[in-house]
Amino acid sequence: MSSSNYKTIVKDGLWDNNGVFSMLLGMCPAMAMTTSATNGFGMGLATAVVMAASSLLVAVFRKLITPEVRIPVYILIVAAMVTLVDLAMNAWMHELYKVLGLFIPLIVSNCLPLARLEAFAAKQPVLPSFLDGLFMGLGFTIALTAIGAVREITGNGTLFADASLLLGPAFKAIELRVLPADMGVLMMILPPGGFLVTGLLVVVKRMLDLRAGKEIQMGGAHSVA
Amino acid sequence: MNSPHALQPETIAIKPPGLIHGVILGAFCLGFGLVLAITDRLTLDDIAARALEDRQNSLAQVIPTSLHDNNPVTDTLLMKNAHGREITVYRARKQGRVTGVAYEIFGTGYAGEMKLMLGLSADGRVLGVRVLAHKETPGLGDKIEVKKGDWILRFNDLSLGNPPAERWKVKKDGGQFDQFAGATITPRGVLAAIRGGLEFFAANKAALVEAK
Repeated sequence: MSSSNYKTIVKDGLWDNNGVFSMLLGMCPAMAMTTSATNGFGMGLATAVVMAASSLLVAVFRKLITPEVRIPVYILIVAAMVTLVDLAMNAWMHELYKVLGLFIPLIVSNCLPLARLEAFAAKQPVLPSFLDGLFMGLGFTIALTAIGAVREITGNGTLFADASLLLGPAFKAIELRVLPADMGVLMMILPPGGFLVTGLLVVVKRMLDLRAGKEIQMGGAHSVA
Repeated sequence: MNSPHALQPETIAIKPPGLIHGVILGAFCLGFGLVLAITDRLTLDDIAARALEDRQNSLAQVIPTSLHDNNPVTDTLLMKNAHGREITVYRARKQGRVTGVAYEIFGTGYAGEMKLMLGLSADGRVLGVRVLAHKETPGLGDKIEVKKGDWILRFNDLSLGNPPAERWKVKKDGGQFDQFAGATITPRGVLAAIRGGLEFFAANKAALVEAK
């Protein structure tokens, strides 16, 4: 693969073919876990780790997996990765686990990892697959953080509240109060806010793409290599 | 190049079912099963140690260490609360005398059960309350956590008669405790849990503080 193809993988994952804003996949965690920017960021990071690891494994075993059993094998691999990350973090990164632990089992029910395994890792060499999983996961992180940030500012008046619990005391400085506490619109934190903000951000992304003269990618009908 | 659509049956030639697919699936299950079993073994002790540390930390928050010279985590008593639920009572002692007790209390919140740890002195005053687990709305109901607000600290030093029983309610219900903006059900549940915990102490005082 040439370096321009790696560039496409990175750009596709982060923006052009973003898992949430272009493919509209992984909607459940994208709406349920984004009551704050910090929560969205944590959920996104945990997903990125699992996606990178499972894309790598599927690419390694892609010649062994027959089409007839590929879906159960993908689910098996994603579930195994999730369980491994869950156990390892609980044992050896316990402080982080106390914050992120809630999110990790939810990754199994996210269809974005499964979609990338089927569409990319099943047919591509190991390194591009790993990168695709990683950058699709990071794109997911960006999307969830953005949704969380909008909901948190409008609903609670804060931005990155409790980031220091997730990232360490050094990040106390990014915990901001944008609006006075009583100006928050409660609905934005409740489930309707998730639908509203996700929809609005999809519109914003498409407008930006149109302005840049890009073709709108419906449902991710775009390919690499 | 194939498009990334999740399912494209027309591009995949389904062959007649063969044993080989079962063998492949079985091999993957076995392989990953083994990896998981090994990881489970490797992490078992560490996870148990972390759980014990967590318990010790939550106990230390509700019973000041100056009150005891024993280890309350290992000085336990199994009892049934008013709802017939089995709870573990942790006892703090100084020179053998019980100086405080701590046990889990349960309340009903907006999104299911909330689990709290209540620490009481031997005369029934609240030493501290901490939330152990809850599913309340982040940014709203989670202000009951001590790291997100000092609301839960206002119960320190109170007891069943102070304030009187009918004032152990949120302000909306005619009591003396503030609810949060946008969340009444959560603090109401916490209050009910604490009151229940205090009543449990009153009903079982002899068994709880009697030195054995």
